[in-house]
Amino acid sequence: MNYPLEDTIIALATPAGAGSISVIRISGENCFEITDTIFKGKAAPIKDCPSHTIHYGNILTQNDEVIDDVLVSIFKKPNSYTGEDVIEISSHGNQYIVNRIIQRFLDEKIRLAEPGEFTKRAFLNGKIDLAQAEAVADIINARTEASLKGARNQFDGILSSKIEVLRNQLLEISSLLELELDFAEEEIELMPLQTVKTKIEETISEIDSLLKTYSFGKIIRDGVNVALVGRPNVGKSSLLNYFLKEARAIVSDIPGTTRDIIREELVIDGILFRISDTAGLRSTEDAIEKEGVLRSKDEIRNADIVILMSDINNADDKSIVNELLELTDENRILHIINKIDLKPNYLLDKDIAVSVKKGIGISKLFDSLKEKVCSINTFSEKSAVVSNLRHYNSLIKTNECLTAALESVKNNMSEEYIAVDLRNAVSSLGEIIGKVTSEDILNNIFSKFCIGK
Amino acid sequence: MKVYDIIVIGGGHAGIEAAIAPAKMGCSVAIVTMDKNAFGRMSCNPAIGGSAKGHLVHEIDSLGGVMGQISDNTGIQFRVLNKSKGPAVWAGRCQSDRDLYTIEAGNFIANIPGIDVIEDSVTDIVCEGKNVSGVITKSGQEFGCKAAIVCSGTFLNGLMHTGMKSFVGGRYGEDASYGLTESLEKLGFVSGRLKTGTPPRLHKDSIDYSVLREQPGDDIPEAFSFKTDLSIFPVLPQVPCHMTFTDERVHKVLEKGFDRSPLFLGKIKGVGPRYCPSIEDKIVRFTDKTQHHLFLEPEGLNSDLIYINGFSSSLPEEIQEEALRLIKGLADVKIIRFAYAVEYDFFPPYQVDLTLETKLIKGLYFAGQVNGTSGYEEAAAQGLLAGINAALKIQGRNDFTLKRSEAYIGVLIDDLVGKSTTEPYRMFTSCAEHRLLLRQDNADRRLMKYGYEFGLIEKEDFERVSEREALILESISSLKSVKIKPDVINPYLEKKDSSLLKESESVDKLCKRPDISLKELLSFSNNHKPFLKKLTNDEKALEQVEIELKYEGYIQRQIEAVERIDKYDNINIPDILDYNSIKAISKEGREKLLKVKPRTVGQASRILGVTPSDISVLVVYLKN
Repeated sequence: MNYPLEDTIIALATPAGAGSISVIRISGENCFEITDTIFKGKAAPIKDCPSHTIHYGNILTQNDEVIDDVLVSIFKKPNSYTGEDVIEISSHGNQYIVNRIIQRFLDEKIRLAEPGEFTKRAFLNGKIDLAQAEAVADIINARTEASLKGARNQFDGILSSKIEVLRNQLLEISSLLELELDFAEEEIELMPLQTVKTKIEETISEIDSLLKTYSFGKIIRDGVNVALVGRPNVGKSSLLNYFLKEARAIVSDIPGTTRDIIREELVIDGILFRISDTAGLRSTEDAIEKEGVLRSKDEIRNADIVILMSDINNADDKSIVNELLELTDENRILHIINKIDLKPNYLLDKDIAVSVKKGIGISKLFDSLKEKVCSINTFSEKSAVVSNLRHYNSLIKTNECLTAALESVKNNMSEEYIAVDLRNAVSSLGEIIGKVTSEDILNNIFSKFCIGK
Repeated sequence: MKVYDIIVIGGGHAGIEAAIAPAKMGCSVAIVTMDKNAFGRMSCNPAIGGSAKGHLVHEIDSLGGVMGQISDNTGIQFRVLNKSKGPAVWAGRCQSDRDLYTIEAGNFIANIPGIDVIEDSVTDIVCEGKNVSGVITKSGQEFGCKAAIVCSGTFLNGLMHTGMKSFVGGRYGEDASYGLTESLEKLGFVSGRLKTGTPPRLHKDSIDYSVLREQPGDDIPEAFSFKTDLSIFPVLPQVPCHMTFTDERVHKVLEKGFDRSPLFLGKIKGVGPRYCPSIEDKIVRFTDKTQHHLFLEPEGLNSDLIYINGFSSSLPEEIQEEALRLIKGLADVKIIRFAYAVEYDFFPPYQVDLTLETKLIKGLYFAGQVNGTSGYEEAAAQGLLAGINAALKIQGRNDFTLKRSEAYIGVLIDDLVGKSTTEPYRMFTSCAEHRLLLRQDNADRRLMKYGYEFGLIEKEDFERVSEREALILESISSLKSVKIKPDVINPYLEKKDSSLLKESESVDKLCKRPDISLKELLSFSNNHKPFLKKLTNDEKALEQVEIELKYEGYIQRQIEAVERIDKYDNINIPDILDYNSIKAISKEGREKLLKVKPRTVGQASRILGVTPSDISVLVVYLKN
């Protein structure tokens, strides 16, 4: 992290690879001046143009040959993303062109941005707070629409303002306790300890609700792990293939995603599902198959949702259900019966009937998957969602402190002891929104940014 | 021209400590006071201590200051406040015999060799470049010095108000001090104006005590100073205070005078303390309260004066009188002196460093009300710190500053410099985030080592405390392995309504139970380790061990918090740091940082107006 903040920096802001356009961002003191030496447009020099204007022109080599025709957007400090002077160049989306443009700037004593450096500057210039800075990292890493929505919420400060409210609540209780200690000589009306107790309990339960959003928050960031289980030949592979055929266009194609033959990703209404086809659970003597069974068990244990697929001829397969219940909770299991086309009059109550072959019941299956995600997480769209591990841990710490404070109240400890843990709770909450900050937190956050933001 | 090492300007509570400490450290000291019979005169209430203030007195005592001893020798009622709470907030308070306090303070000054008393008033500070070199007095004398400590109290351009009448003066019947503010302003200091007030003084024989609630002192009074000989304590006869209260009739009368209130009419420009409002302020601000408590405090054994605590005011005299007569017990009251407000100059304390030396002029120190504090104890604590630092500097030794986690004095000065008070600053226990560690009872354990290092604490006293410290530490760790058998302890536990043991339990665990005392527990132990015998015979050590065991979990959590904060307090900021070159710092944050010039990132983080984001920037910048 030892790179000078005075440098002017450049990086590609859009994903690498072919696209219709690419955006290159430059931030820092010299960005207008340097752009003027490289960019030739019809308008006045960039440094004399007003902020928030867009100009058409050419990027030239040192010998005045045209590299590309581009649009240049001007953002003057402090009204830019980083709070510094910023130029954004929209070029044609070709890696070769982009590389040449960036190289051209690098020749002019601009350096390549470190990972996360734009956002770090935005933070250091007071453009965004700590929670927002992390949300940017989340946006960069967001895999899907719902994930983006979660990240945007935080960005807009929903979580920050919720934490601020809770923190003020605790400060309020603390100050009431302090009153009694410091004005012992005076006759003041004191808050009964019963009220303190109630207020602390209320805060604990509000934080508990926030904590419950974490597993959902994590899911919208990282996707839902789904294990597909069933006896051989019930139609698991067909289902997987069907999913992929139906959803081909929206399957995530983020480079670097780990894939193997049994793991596929698909997006349903903005939620990323990561589906793995398991090898099955039967006991076997074959060493290779044994290993497969062990892996399947791991998949099931780690899955957020387990789809159990049965053949309609063996729909009530108790033994496999029992095996699953040793590995996961009942409410995580989604039982589907395949090959319904063979017995059109088959009656079901809680299970889902499909025919993969005929495409029957698939949309109901999709709905059930989404419902399952919500039912294993209590979540409403407007609420603040905790999707960051550091926030989650700070909230856990806060509740530990509050529980200790509550314990002190119950044991009739005097106010100064209750106050110790309340203060600690306040500072734990403060850590989330950067009211208290430490280098460790900063380092951790900034190391998470990928280049270009 | 006579030249001293140190000249102390003012003989109040700050000035006394600021003169005595350096004199004991071997410096030649002159103390300039307008009245040599008025050392440590109590301008306001005749009492020392109280919540957080009692803590300060114990700390001053452990560092080798004299306030605790003077208080013990002249107290006429001793009480420990908050006794129903835990030991961290127990706070000693005493009523003092006002006249005797002044005489005793004078005796302390007279008995220290190396202090010259000059009866005069300083009007000018003389500098050579940016270093102090002497003072000029009202009578035209000039004295040279290596350091000067300004302890001018409420006397700088003091202006008193009662109703629409105002009089110049620093305290009833005493002149104000002129010239010094202007001299300091000429040197570049920024001054401000504060206000405080004092209630009426009543004649003690004109009060009907039979209808009032008596408020006696503690049966077994506790002394402030470790030096006090408990066999002859308390020295003076002990007297009670009395309580009464206002009612709506009283409030009605007071309201009649609001049109002549210098406070409400804006005649008083200085900012008053929110925690110590005048009676008219209380009526206006707390309209739903139909009564306010008042305390009648005797000013001394041979004094006719009663101080009516809670009735400070600047309303016209006739209104004060009419209202007082409606108060229970005061129907025939004779008023000896009316309440008044006083305005005075102060110098916003961002202008001093944590040593209380001014940032502008080297060798010049500010202590007490001049820094915007209120209270005798706050003043004395600063006087002591400034005195010690002035002496250390002259002797070429290292600065002395206290951390917030070490002492209330550390909290006080860090708050002053960083928050640069705009109202008179009073010490509260809630200002100290490490309150459980900063107790009255362990002030000696925390601070005596420093007093000893400076030569303000005698060797035998320090050795006694060090030996006890070793015993305390050994006991805390060893008592975890001293066990008591059920058949031995169960009868006692049953009597205490505490659950019975099935198997042996260690003393430290049993001690954590409510209502179980360590001393009693030890009487059941048949363990004969030598430390146990020593511990049983040392009440003071026993108390320390008991507190540390009983509240171990809480104390541990505070220690952990201190360690977290220390990380920032240990990142130094170089003097030469150019905040203007760090663009990322917010405008307000930059202004405040430039003003205060903090020594560490920790100190910077506590400055009002400096945001956590500014601190992150600073940390990243200092690392780069």
